[in-house]
Amino acid sequence: MTMERLDEFHEEVGAQGIADPREAGHARRRHPSAKEYVRIGIILVVLTTLEVWTSYSGLPHGLLIGMLFGLALVKFVLVVLWYMHLRFDDARYSRFFIMGAAGAGILFLVVLLLLKAFAG
Amino acid sequence: MAETTVHAAPVERTSTGLPSVKLAMWLFLASECLLFGALITTYVLYRGASTTGPYPNEIFDIRYTSVSSFVLLASSLTMVLSLTAAEQRDFARMRLWLVATAMLGLTFVGGQVYEFTSFYHEGLTIKSNLFGTTFYVLTGFHGVHVTVGILMLLSLVGMSWAGRLPDDQAFPVEMVGLYWHFVDIVWIVIFTVVYLIPQAKPAG
Amino acid sequence: MVTATSVPARRGIIRRPTAITGWWSWFTTVDHKKIGLLYGFSAFAFFLIGGIEALLIRSQLAKPDNTLLNADQYNQIFTMHGITMIFLFVMPMSAAFFNYLIPLMIGARDVAFPRLNAFSFWVFILGGLFLYSSWFLGGAPNGGWFGYPPNSTTDPSIGMTFYALGLVITGIASSAGAINLAVTVVNMRAPGMTLFRMPVFVWMGLVVQFLLAFALPIITVALFEMLFDRRWGTHFFDPTAGGQPLLWQNLFWLFGHPEVYILILPAFGIISEILPVFSRKPLFGYQFVVFSGIAIGFIGFGVWAHHMFAVGLGPVANTAFGITTAIIAVPTGIKIFNWMGTMYKGDIHFDSPMLFAVGAVAMFVIGGLSGVTHAVVPSDYQQTDTYYIVAHFHYVLFGGAVFGLFGAMYYWWPKVFARQLDELWGKVQFWILLVGFNLAFGPMHILGLGGMIRREYTYPASLGLTFWNQVSTVGAFLIALSVLVFTVNAVKTQRKTKGLADEDPWDARTLEWTTSCPPPIYNFEEIPVVHSVDEFWHRKYVEDREGRLVRVPAGASDHPADGHTEGHAIHLPSPSFWPLVASVGLPVIAYGVLYSWWLVGAGALVTVVGFMGWAMEPPVAE
Repeated sequence: MTMERLDEFHEEVGAQGIADPREAGHARRRHPSAKEYVRIGIILVVLTTLEVWTSYSGLPHGLLIGMLFGLALVKFVLVVLWYMHLRFDDARYSRFFIMGAAGAGILFLVVLLLLKAFAG
Repeated sequence: MAETTVHAAPVERTSTGLPSVKLAMWLFLASECLLFGALITTYVLYRGASTTGPYPNEIFDIRYTSVSSFVLLASSLTMVLSLTAAEQRDFARMRLWLVATAMLGLTFVGGQVYEFTSFYHEGLTIKSNLFGTTFYVLTGFHGVHVTVGILMLLSLVGMSWAGRLPDDQAFPVEMVGLYWHFVDIVWIVIFTVVYLIPQAKPAG
Repeated sequence: MVTATSVPARRGIIRRPTAITGWWSWFTTVDHKKIGLLYGFSAFAFFLIGGIEALLIRSQLAKPDNTLLNADQYNQIFTMHGITMIFLFVMPMSAAFFNYLIPLMIGARDVAFPRLNAFSFWVFILGGLFLYSSWFLGGAPNGGWFGYPPNSTTDPSIGMTFYALGLVITGIASSAGAINLAVTVVNMRAPGMTLFRMPVFVWMGLVVQFLLAFALPIITVALFEMLFDRRWGTHFFDPTAGGQPLLWQNLFWLFGHPEVYILILPAFGIISEILPVFSRKPLFGYQFVVFSGIAIGFIGFGVWAHHMFAVGLGPVANTAFGITTAIIAVPTGIKIFNWMGTMYKGDIHFDSPMLFAVGAVAMFVIGGLSGVTHAVVPSDYQQTDTYYIVAHFHYVLFGGAVFGLFGAMYYWWPKVFARQLDELWGKVQFWILLVGFNLAFGPMHILGLGGMIRREYTYPASLGLTFWNQVSTVGAFLIALSVLVFTVNAVKTQRKTKGLADEDPWDARTLEWTTSCPPPIYNFEEIPVVHSVDEFWHRKYVEDREGRLVRVPAGASDHPADGHTEGHAIHLPSPSFWPLVASVGLPVIAYGVLYSWWLVGAGALVTVVGFMGWAMEPPVAE
């Protein structure tokens, strides 16, 4: 595609909010550095250690479950935002993923409630 | 470390400016959330519903599985390090980290095979009770996903080594990486739901 | 468009197929139009088979205490009728139209992943053949398309194992196709084709692909659990070991209800394309039609328990799902009113496509109204598992989806085959179908309310059900006659010489009609630049000062933005063996699950080799 043609293309479509492919190509490259990845890795290891400790801690049942789910959620989010770099990427990827992840969470929670999985 | 070097990738002209493969990968992963969601739901529904043993608290060795979890977490780190290397066009280092990731993945699957075998010898089969049924199928599905990931990683190494990857090698590495990390976050949930939360005393 | 291929030159392992004509090219094609045709022909073949099954059902029920079929045969036939019509006819027939038309409608040269597209088709057809091979290998599935355990998990015949495996395979096909088409719509639109300039058919296609992507994984898990229960003695749905058959019902309908919209939304899209063309008016309330389609997609995931009102979920759950079910009637009603608004004061031409589209709207309304009667829980207690339900879903799925699909065939036949189906015979078919349809399914309301239970293979004369059953059977044979009329019309039309007097026979509004009939392999010589909804219409007509439509004189109709030379080296994706190879492994694995682990290994190997070859092969051969 010639530059002239490309500019024309932007003129045509730019106003309708279609991204500039030249910029999009660069946006894809803004990934965290290796140092940042290692830092996240260390946090994940610490959190996992904490999880295992919690599991053995003998805390009251409700608190224990709350803590374990909280920790798992933090780990989940850290991996998704940094290692899968949704934090740095186009929001449309996040929208796709959230639709699936949150949708699954809500739907299956309703299924478990319908089947009275938490009763007693 | 210095700012990641930017190399002009062949930009496809797409309506959103986003690469189609990456959109497809995210949609696929979103769809996979429903798959694992249904499997985990089944496990949660049948927690403590087994009418005969062996029960989870007699079988699980949390320390052993924790090591497996650390291995899988480490593989996620090596995976992103391989991506960084690919973005810096250091393809030898990229392949090295990919092989490391695959090896860690193999260790995880190997650990799972060992775990399954030892549970089997302790009398837990897929037919024993609802715990056996749901445990083996849920973790088995995850294991199959890890195995597929290993195949993709090794293919990537082979193709990169044989010069069969496109110039922008970071892109396929990123895509396989997304899948690999997804398998990792599924394990984060499984580890919590299946292993870490202590089972209530068996019914009856 | 010149694609910047940075893939280094290399040889494949085996020689790359190059032929784009000849019979072999159908096996290696990655062209969305050819794949669309393959989907269409296969789906129509399954439609005929599913129709024969329907005739057998109706013949068995034509008189009381009939012995044409025994109970076991009847179970297999009604199960296969349901599976065939849903998974092997309406879904792939919709996929056929999406495949053929979406790229043309959004101004693209192909779908986002052409080889994945071929893979989807081959997996679908092999999955369908796998399901049908069960007739020869010990008996077809016999537990209903809904496969409720424990009946389905404890049945001693092999049928329901085929069901579980076969539907997993066709599910893989649909999932791959869904992701492919969704990305195509999101990412492959021509310059200026913003989301809100897309034809409604494309919009409905997008919604359907998302529904598929999110609903299919759920049924896949349920099917695997059934398979494990049947094949390896697990206890997922085994009440004697604490398992809950209700889990299956929840998972099944969590998929099953979105599936209903997967079946009907394509027809809604088709209707929204046909009505404006034959009313010579733009679609009334375009945005409302689009947003109500999206709303149906979302709400469609929140109504599943209305299939289970009678299983004892409790008053709170039943009320909640009764309310969501009533709510989903709202966006559906919005569409109906928009369609009526489109026709209101329009210059209506009742050509065959229009007849079918209007017929679809009318029949769907009847089905929709009876649907509202079982959104009301106490009323549903009376109706559930009776023929009243059978009447309802045939009015929405046959009356809505199948009428819509027939309309689509008449409408786009000239585009695809460069020949026009005979109008007279089209109208004859429509009226026979309309009468036959209402005779076949109308009386089922009465039968259901009179106490006739679904899936019974026969009934005693003393119940007084004989007369309406006979009417229904007559109706079924009239439907068969109308399908015969269509088939003869199609065959006769195809014997005529190719060529249309007018390549835009309906004075259409959307981009696919800017191409020749049939479109060239590359679809558009120049990628069009889009300026509005109904782009093609606005290229043909302008409004004068009094607001009257004036035809742009021929020659001047060349759009100013066209005519750029982008370089004529159009890079099309090359044909490939690998999608076929990769797909062949899947049914082999499935047979392996039934018969031998060796086959599982062999099938897995074939599939892995297929994917490897695929990965190594560049999309465009040098």
